[in-house]
Amino acid sequence: VPFLVVKRVDGDDAIIDAGGVRKQVSLALVPEAREGDYVIVHVGYAISRLDPDEALRTLALFAGMESSAA
Amino acid sequence: MRYVDEFRDGDLARVLADRIARAAEPGRHYRFMEFCGGHTHAISRYGVTDLLPAAIEMVHGPGCPVCVLPIGRIDSAIALASAHGAILCTYADTMRVPASERSSLMKAKAAGADVRMVYSAADALRIAREQPAREVVFFAIGFETTTPPTAIAILEAERTGLANFSVFCNHVVTPAAIANILESPQVRDIGTVPLDGFVGPAHVSCVIGSQPYEYFAAEYAKPVVIAGFEPLDVMQAVLMLVAQVNEGRHEVENEFARAVTREGNARAKALVAEVFELRRSFEWRGLGEVPYSALRIKTKYGRFDAEKRYGIAYRPVADNKACECGAILRGAKRPQDCKVFGTVCTPENPLGSCMVSSEGACAAYYTYGRFRNREAA
Repeated sequence: VPFLVVKRVDGDDAIIDAGGVRKQVSLALVPEAREGDYVIVHVGYAISRLDPDEALRTLALFAGMESSAA
Repeated sequence: MRYVDEFRDGDLARVLADRIARAAEPGRHYRFMEFCGGHTHAISRYGVTDLLPAAIEMVHGPGCPVCVLPIGRIDSAIALASAHGAILCTYADTMRVPASERSSLMKAKAAGADVRMVYSAADALRIAREQPAREVVFFAIGFETTTPPTAIAILEAERTGLANFSVFCNHVVTPAAIANILESPQVRDIGTVPLDGFVGPAHVSCVIGSQPYEYFAAEYAKPVVIAGFEPLDVMQAVLMLVAQVNEGRHEVENEFARAVTREGNARAKALVAEVFELRRSFEWRGLGEVPYSALRIKTKYGRFDAEKRYGIAYRPVADNKACECGAILRGAKRPQDCKVFGTVCTPENPLGSCMVSSEGACAAYYTYGRFRNREAA
């Protein structure tokens, strides 16, 4: 599941939160991530920052509100 | 938005199921392979199979990093900890993968070998720093998602002159494996199911982007839709695949646009390119030798390569005869087709690798679907 970036700490690391569970991961691969962003984390490293606009577009696709792929 | 509940909505799932059923052409059967073990797990866990119309068949692919590790590689990892006396750091999933002579890393640890479970490659580096008198080897496995962190660990060891750290590299690459499913001689010998399209991996694609599948889709004339790991993502991808098949298209489409771009993660790709290069060939459990399907550490960083440091020579070992993992990994058989599934082979005591990881097809069936399958059979 995607994690919320709560707080950047020393170096590349950040505290992340998923439904109340917090842990420290590295943002070395996604240095553009900011507090308040959601990131996908794999083996202790964020690998992608979620794009909220694209997410809304995909949700609209589910509901059949768009005819073609986002 | 927390990017979770919205993508698991039951009402929307039924809307999507209805649209898939209406899109499927009468009398036509659609077989789609979800390459990635994360999708296999999601499909079983959320009962996606039950929602899909009978015309749609989901075939499980080999994208489970633990499942495709051949026995010989686990044997070498055990030897690093037992015969060579190193501290072997490994992801938890590999601990119970069956090795030769009914051994495993777990059993080797019980017998006194110094095997330690780590959450990330950075933990292995930390152990090496804390124990300068010991040799520390990181047992690096996985697809394109776990490779960049291994590259970071090697670069950090280089930067800080950490001489007691090395990496036993078993990283594999996704596009070569997908192509192999369709064309390898082994597959022709043992048989496989005809496939109409692929659900492309979620996390792997975050790193490599959607671009690497374009050659594959064009060359093999098979549609690929990259999908997220939530149940609605998978269903939307199926709908998009059905549309492509109906229209005779074979393109790469991206359902997971909230996390995947065409280029992927440029920083991660650059780190991997700096440290690793392709091997000419690598053995996969289930697929056999697959050309240019795995990575090794470049000579420039050779002093951190455990295979060189300890002179590891690869020795292939045949799987247990009763185990159908090979055919299951290619999608040629289903878990319930295996005689030892759920009897001799269980998640508590796995005989084959597909029963070990939660991403393995057998473990997913055992956990979420075995009773339904029994009734259906």
